[in-house]
Amino acid sequence: MNNDNTNMNTNMNTTNSLGYDKAIVSENLTKKFGRFTAVDTISFSVDKGEIFGFLGANGAGKTTAMRMLTGLLLPTSGRASVAGFDVFTQTEEIKRNIGYMSQKFSLYEDLTIGENIDFYGGIYGLGRSELKTKTSEMIEKFSLGDAGRKLIKDLPLGWKQMLAFSVAMIHNPQIVFLDEPTGGVDPITRRRFWDLIYEASSQGKTIFVTTHYMDEAEYCGRVSIMVDGLIEAMGRPNDLKLQYGCDSMNDVFVKLARPE
Amino acid sequence: MKAFKEFVRKEIYHISRDYRTLFVLLGMPIAQLIIFGFAIRTEISEADIGIFDKSKDHVTQKIIDKIVSSGHFKLTEYIESPEDMEKSFRAGKVKQIIVFEENFAHKLGRGSAQVQIINDASDPNVAKILNMYASTIILDFLKGFNQNGMAGNIVIAPQPRMMYNPEMRSVYMFVPGLIVLILMLVSALMTSVAITKEKEKGTLEVLLVSPLRPQTIIIGKVIPYLLLSLFNAATVLVLSRAIFGVPFKGSMLDFAIVTVIFILVALGIGIVISTISKTQQTALMISLAGLLMPTVLLSGFIFPIENMPWALQLFSKVIPATWYLIILKAIMLKGLSFGYFWQETLVLIGFMIFLLTVANKKFKVRLE
Ligand SMILES: Nc1ncnc2c1ncn2[C@@H]1O[C@H](COP(=O)(O)OP(=O)(O)OP(=O)(O)O)[C@@H](O)[C@H]1O
Ligand SMILES: [Mg+2]
Repeated sequence: MNNDNTNMNTNMNTTNSLGYDKAIVSENLTKKFGRFTAVDTISFSVDKGEIFGFLGANGAGKTTAMRMLTGLLLPTSGRASVAGFDVFTQTEEIKRNIGYMSQKFSLYEDLTIGENIDFYGGIYGLGRSELKTKTSEMIEKFSLGDAGRKLIKDLPLGWKQMLAFSVAMIHNPQIVFLDEPTGGVDPITRRRFWDLIYEASSQGKTIFVTTHYMDEAEYCGRVSIMVDGLIEAMGRPNDLKLQYGCDSMNDVFVKLARPE
Repeated sequence: MKAFKEFVRKEIYHISRDYRTLFVLLGMPIAQLIIFGFAIRTEISEADIGIFDKSKDHVTQKIIDKIVSSGHFKLTEYIESPEDMEKSFRAGKVKQIIVFEENFAHKLGRGSAQVQIINDASDPNVAKILNMYASTIILDFLKGFNQNGMAGNIVIAPQPRMMYNPEMRSVYMFVPGLIVLILMLVSALMTSVAITKEKEKGTLEVLLVSPLRPQTIIIGKVIPYLLLSLFNAATVLVLSRAIFGVPFKGSMLDFAIVTVIFILVALGIGIVISTISKTQQTALMISLAGLLMPTVLLSGFIFPIENMPWALQLFSKVIPATWYLIILKAIMLKGLSFGYFWQETLVLIGFMIFLLTVANKKFKVRLE
């Protein structure tokens, strides 16, 4: 399975009509629910190894966009590729190359961390010994100690989210989609969470992350700001601040999301 | 294959760590068997009966008056011929028919007259009790009659219909029904709730993003419930034999084959329910109201189908449990084999193919 992954990853370099060497490319991607347009002709691209922040107010369409990119929802129109594969026709290949943390909590609450790793690792085809190593690595990394034997539901939210992130990366995917991974988490733990993201990024992984916290936007390589299904602004945080004449991403966001 | 193993293990954790579920799943077969086995109805009032009075004299009239005034019976049919008798029973109009022989008073005066009490034993509890009521009243009458200086004797010749259930042990009839009910509960209700739970919690989304095929996810998810269903069916069989001495006349293999088919039907229903419910609560409500109620009330488990109005009889035909119950009774109580119920089996297989196809169609890789 691991060999499989690396094979797949080299596929990213093969020619694709939507451009190669990009982790994610989206062109006029649109999703309509009946008459309502949740995601409206969004276009952007994410480089390999980049941390791309996907910002927007509640209901802006972030989750919907992410679901189209991960193969969970069929786009209404437009084009997009993830890891060089087409979101309309090659979802199988996409799935083998991505990790995903959904907005809802994605670990099983009534299982221990080891059992969650065994399950999620198992369905990605990881072997017994590999799973064992991963589990002890994770318990060590987060200095869980005895808490490693506790059920997930008995752990603090911050830990849960960091564990969920690690489990989402258990099969060593090249691209990771994180949907509000730090929602409701305290600032110190959020900081530690971002350390994990940086660590993954330094290993060459591409991170596509949504957030409501504007301080986190500053940590991203580039961000896009979505308002009512449309991408209103995109660029490096510092460039956006200059462009809109603001001191912080927060001000930029407020300016865009709530125009006078 | 490995994925299936992981699913089974995970599901075992889920089930074993939820004490309520565990209790329902393992305690329920035992509790229900005992409740149904022991809780036999004892008091009956105003049961519909028919009288076939071939004599029509003053003594039979007195006995009839006594029977009607007892409060246990309501005289609804005057029967005039043996054919009428058959018809009334079949139409479910009466639970019991009392037959007085010709020249009853005359014969009684000469020493001995005969009365027959014929019961509809499709509900054996009721039959047993009504039979007892009627004979007591008649013997009571006889006592009074003899005290008046007479010395007659009334011979009661009961002929209840109870071919397949000679001792009229009601628990015999309940065991097949109980198996149906438990399989429905575990395979359909528990499965629909378990799948909907993953949907509600968001874990299903993560599974769908994995490279697993949706069929793999769904099969992995239902295998544990299939095993659990089989285990529960076996428990009921063993316990019913140990506690109530219920026999198992047919072949175990036949039983296993039909049971697996029925479990697949129930799993199909469970999956379909999960695809239309957004929350566990909804899945539970649909399963209870739309599934278990009809199964209990209309499959012939509690009320004989023959006695239902035609609309309900028709409806009972689209309930898979009805067919499975017919087969189960044939195997367990009558010792029959496929030659006798291949048609019912085909109907079940039809249900299975239909439901699994629908389930497969509705459970897609993509959301919505
Ligand atoms: N399956 C669906 N059917 C109809 N409308 C939907 C569906 N899913 C999402 N929507 C609508 O699309 C819009 C965008 O929803 P989405 O969940 O993508 O927003 P979001 O940016 O992720 O918001 P949040 O920050 O609250 O997570 C919302 O108005 C939502 O109600
Ligand atoms: Mg969202």
